[in-house]
Amino acid sequence: MSYFSDIYNGIKTLLTGMRVTGGYFLNARKGTLTQQYPDNRETLKMFDRFRGEVVMPHDENNEHQCTGCQKCEIACPNGSIEIIWDRAIVEETGKKKKKIDQHIYHLSMCTMCGLCIEACPTDAIVWAQNFENSVYDRTQLTKVLNQPGSKVKDGIED
Amino acid sequence: MTKSIHDWLFSILPEGIASITEMVLIAVAYLALFAIAGLYLVLLERKVAAWFQLRLGPNRVGPFGIFQTMADALKLVSKELTSTDRVDKFLYNLAPYFVIVTALLAMTIFPFSKQLQAFDINIGMFFLLAISSIGVIGILVGGWASNNKYALIGAMRSGLQTISYELSVGLSILTMVLLTGSLQLSEIIEIQRTGGWLIWQGHIPAIIAFMIFMIAGTAETNRAPFDLVEAESELGAGFHTEYSGMKFAYFFLAEFINMFIIASIAVVLFFGGWLSPFGITEGITWFPEVFWFFIKVLLIIFLMMWFRWTFPRLRVDQLLTLEWKYLLPINLVNIVFMAIVIWLNWIL
Repeated sequence: MSYFSDIYNGIKTLLTGMRVTGGYFLNARKGTLTQQYPDNRETLKMFDRFRGEVVMPHDENNEHQCTGCQKCEIACPNGSIEIIWDRAIVEETGKKKKKIDQHIYHLSMCTMCGLCIEACPTDAIVWAQNFENSVYDRTQLTKVLNQPGSKVKDGIED
Repeated sequence: MTKSIHDWLFSILPEGIASITEMVLIAVAYLALFAIAGLYLVLLERKVAAWFQLRLGPNRVGPFGIFQTMADALKLVSKELTSTDRVDKFLYNLAPYFVIVTALLAMTIFPFSKQLQAFDINIGMFFLLAISSIGVIGILVGGWASNNKYALIGAMRSGLQTISYELSVGLSILTMVLLTGSLQLSEIIEIQRTGGWLIWQGHIPAIIAFMIFMIAGTAETNRAPFDLVEAESELGAGFHTEYSGMKFAYFFLAEFINMFIIASIAVVLFFGGWLSPFGITEGITWFPEVFWFFIKVLLIIFLMMWFRWTFPRLRVDQLLTLEWKYLLPINLVNIVFMAIVIWLNWIL
């Protein structure tokens, strides 16, 4: 008896599948997923979880959130991040404190694994959604993430 | 129109030369139809596939990409014809012609309209079955001569698949031939003029026969979900792995022409050929009946494309289970059922 129920279920499931794809076919005009990329360069917006490159956001006072803890540098599997750091005396306490001089990011080596961003305790580095990263010279892919003259935001270490 | 050309040719030329000229003209016309149908079916396939997957499909070469396949064909013509080491040269070069010539031969007997039929023989359906089983020899020879294990496996699978499903195609056609009582294609269509299309006349057994024919026909053309012969994921490209340039294009075109042939058989046997639905253009003498034939063929082809982009592929054992344990017994019972229907005169 399962012979006939197999045939029945077979036909039923095949028709279900055809209904689904048929629905897609009829909605193909409205629901097209294709992006005609170079034509819509101005309007094309990447989705939130897209991993373009690592950037360090700065606020309006030119302050970032990087304390120079180097966790990202340790987390990076292939050494795409190098941090050149320094020590400076804080006026209130008179103690020496670590600060970053340059947060160097090699985009050419980065595999976009995201381990640095997961490792960062202060959310100083995030993903950017830009995707046009091609340049004519390889050296342009080595970027300094902290802007010149920037400093760490107060109270970020507490 | 064909009549006037015929008269004109016989009036200006001696009889022997005139008939040869006529044959050449018809051959050229069919070759042109063959090329255009092949090219545009490829484009249609790509467009339909894109729409099923919510993509756009080819849209760069010409408006809506209508010249895309022309460009592809030009590219294939200009490519070098390569071959492997220690290939069986004669068979290797012969195989594409087997495939394409059988496809072309099968096309000749279809009545595209009342007047437009090159070759109206009284054993039409039998001829079609015989011709379509020659095509598989081309595939077997091509796979064998390529000196490539993937091509050989593909060719052997093709033999297995085509020989199995030939049975179902033959038996489902036989079911309908029981109803028509004729193998001649033009006569099969004439029967449908008075009593309605055969799928209506034969009701339940005809619908079962149609379903079996569509499944087996899709398998005959080696298309997904029965594309074990080409099996991109495991065999490269199956029997035509080693072919390049125009020889590859022959295999590729033949696949689409075979699809056209299967759809044409379905249209003639089940959907009244060039007859209009409910006879709506019956009285209009200038209306081209070819239109109805091609509309119906395109609808059937669309159905086959729908199958292709919906169903998952079968394994080899599933393929054989489907044929020998399901389609064949159902088909045999269906023939008996059809015979009873005709015997008791239950025809609608």
